[in-house]
Amino acid sequence: MRKSCLIAALAMLSFSVAAVGKSKNPEPPATLANDPYPSTYQRIGSAPVLIRNATVLTGTGERLDNSDVLMREGTIVAVGKNLDASGNTSIVDGTGKWVTPGIIDDHSHLGVYPSPGVSAHEDGNELTNPTTANVWAEHSIWPQDQGFATALAGGVTSLLILPGSGNLIGGRGVVVKNVYGSSYQNMKFPGAPHSLKMACGENPKRVYGSKGSSPSTRMGNVAGYRSAFIEAKGYMKSWDKYNTGGKEKGDEPTQDLRLETLAAVMSGEIKVQIHCYRADEMMLMMDLAKEFNFKIASFHHAVEAYKIAQPLADAGICASMWADWWGFKMEALDGIQENISMVDRKKNSCAIVHSDSAEGVQRLNQEAAKVIARSNALGMNDSPENAMRWLSINPAKAMGIDKVTGSLEAGKMADVVLWNGTPFSVYAKAEKVYIDGALLFDINNKNIQPTSDFMVGQGVNP
Amino acid sequence: MKYLFLIACLLSSSAFAQNVLIKNATVHTAGTRGTLKNTDVLVQGGIIRAIGPNLSAPGVSSVDAKGKPLTPGLFAGLGDIGLEEVSAEKSTVDASFSLGEGVTGQMRPEFDVVPAFNPNSMLIPITRLEGFTFTAISANAGSSLLGGQGAIMRLNGKYEDPMGSRILFASMGSGADELSGSSRAAQYMLLDQAIREARGLSPYDYRQALLTPAGREAMNKFLLGGRTVFHVERASDIRQVLSFAKKNGMRPVIVGGSEAWQVAAQLKADNVVVFVDALQNLPSSFDQIGARSDNAALLQKAGVRVGLYRADDASQNARKVRQVAGNAVSNGLPWEAGLAAITSVPADAFGVADKVGRIEVGLIADLVLWNGDPLEVNTFAQQVWMSGQAMPMKSRQTQLRDRYMNEENGLPRAYQK
Repeated sequence: MRKSCLIAALAMLSFSVAAVGKSKNPEPPATLANDPYPSTYQRIGSAPVLIRNATVLTGTGERLDNSDVLMREGTIVAVGKNLDASGNTSIVDGTGKWVTPGIIDDHSHLGVYPSPGVSAHEDGNELTNPTTANVWAEHSIWPQDQGFATALAGGVTSLLILPGSGNLIGGRGVVVKNVYGSSYQNMKFPGAPHSLKMACGENPKRVYGSKGSSPSTRMGNVAGYRSAFIEAKGYMKSWDKYNTGGKEKGDEPTQDLRLETLAAVMSGEIKVQIHCYRADEMMLMMDLAKEFNFKIASFHHAVEAYKIAQPLADAGICASMWADWWGFKMEALDGIQENISMVDRKKNSCAIVHSDSAEGVQRLNQEAAKVIARSNALGMNDSPENAMRWLSINPAKAMGIDKVTGSLEAGKMADVVLWNGTPFSVYAKAEKVYIDGALLFDINNKNIQPTSDFMVGQGVNP
Repeated sequence: MKYLFLIACLLSSSAFAQNVLIKNATVHTAGTRGTLKNTDVLVQGGIIRAIGPNLSAPGVSSVDAKGKPLTPGLFAGLGDIGLEEVSAEKSTVDASFSLGEGVTGQMRPEFDVVPAFNPNSMLIPITRLEGFTFTAISANAGSSLLGGQGAIMRLNGKYEDPMGSRILFASMGSGADELSGSSRAAQYMLLDQAIREARGLSPYDYRQALLTPAGREAMNKFLLGGRTVFHVERASDIRQVLSFAKKNGMRPVIVGGSEAWQVAAQLKADNVVVFVDALQNLPSSFDQIGARSDNAALLQKAGVRVGLYRADDASQNARKVRQVAGNAVSNGLPWEAGLAAITSVPADAFGVADKVGRIEVGLIADLVLWNGDPLEVNTFAQQVWMSGQAMPMKSRQTQLRDRYMNEENGLPRAYQK
């Protein structure tokens, strides 16, 4: 056990070093390696588990029939046929069942807009300034949100918790493992990069326009992003000067929470997630990214991604989408049910099914099933193994955790779901959900079904 | 003034209707005959004329269903289809009436959303394409506990009167606290006062009057047999609503009902239909602490008639009602009850079962042929008929899709039809 812990720790280390190593210059403070609010997540110990004779969707687009998955010490040891297990391995009969990677939601507000939706817990949008790159969603997470438990029952093992979309630049998002803890730091995904949440279109201009301040138009939005990044470039320059100028005492620039986040975006250390519905606005944001030399990880909601599927694929930008939500505002008017498959069919694309919803996150498999039905009706023939990518490796890629999770491959985290049949059905149930090899949800065992503190003692009347 | 009976225009719709013989379907009648395999359905003049094996009708064009499921057209839930296009654009939304700043307590039950209904709404083909043929257009709480009146509309895109009589909409519980001086207790006080006015037990123009003269007339209809939808979630509130309705001779339909399973016995005893959202399993508010996925199953097991609807995004994405039904079944509701919950139960609950909601001889031929289990998320409607007329299986969304499926050829996509 200790040995593979060490391996896992080393893997983590190299993972985070690689992330830091990307930024070529000496960095401003508060990098990933120097996070003042570090992850305290520890995997829960478990005996090895061998799931036998199941239909396995690897998450990388492959389907393996009558195959086994072996997990040990938190890690996937092997995926294949007729795997051997040592004495203390717990054997799970997967006959007639399906195994997939844990589902990953790259757009969640669990914890920051928790259940119950009371005013005291509306912590997802810092609507006091259109550019709040200084705030971190993780500092808003209420770890007692019952939504984490219901998401787990839906097979969700990792989530990106983002600030809301009321601001042009809403702040940092955080990746969590879907494991309850007393603090969010117990959930914080070790080594995962932060994300920056930005928003196009109607929301920021509505929020600030209605207060009589900027932005009140789309052109005001763009001016707002540009001003913020121009300021951050100056901040980077002052740090470069300090770092290359021998770090003279007294010359150290004052740490600026807002600008250090934007600087880390430009140095490639923080992933960029942009709430953006319309095709024209996504194209515009791609030019903004060029202007300031940063990379966009994913456009979120992206209801018009189908109109620009090729440019998105060419730029290597993911699109995180719904199966059928549309029309609640003008920028969502052109939503179509084939959006995800039309994005997906381009070479080098990265289509993602996301939730943005405490209801949707529980049923991302059903969302994907709806997409499969629509695309099959057009003869595009989306297979379950292909669709699984939308729920695992693709969101992992957008979140910067695809090297360590998001697929069933030897050496990766044992984030695994055993389903009662094909996951792409309204009747599908996640029977067992493993996170880092530990069984944390079992549909047949009430003792392996978490509830938040909030639910304790509700309804104790006779 | 006497009851205003609104008659579904069978005659006028038959002017557009067609005749069709659907052969060899698995017919889910949603009625007493249950499911009939290898069965034909004959439609003439827009009405279902015969159901049985080996039917023939010379001169009537026939469709081979190849054993696929045929259901009644589905109920798209309670929402604003035809009353709104884009939720966030006020100019397109007509589903609630606001009395203006600072006015509390007053009620306008005479407010009726039906004149605002637009059969040309883009939401109608989008919803119908997914197998939905009727809906309850709702008067939402604007600035009053009584949102006003709505009705059952068919989604055939025609200028047609509502089916059945008007439905009154009331909001109760914490969601309506702001409309009742911050206390749910005052909701009963205010409704009680309005009812006294409607019954003529109060002077006509006292200072704190809640109803206008027209409002009294309108309210009275719902004390004499008209149906009232109460949006209410918490178990104790449901109990209060049931006894309040009983005391005042109202016919309640419960909508929301997150904790209805806790008061199933009383709902059954009072023979009240409950519409729940099977996707609502979180304590979204303190009124919904007892929300659970098997709410519908528990209610059905206790003998309560259960309808299903979608609580959120109920208009643009009304098609999600089918997924709601599938999830209810996935969580223990028998399949037949799941189908009934979005066909015959709503038809019964809103008094239109003599026209729609089942596949029965004499009913309007609003029918859907599916490529598989109609409650599954991985299936779709192959063909929708309304009054026996095959509906175009197209919408603004499928046309946008088609425009972008093909590569541009020389000219911008704006030139593609």
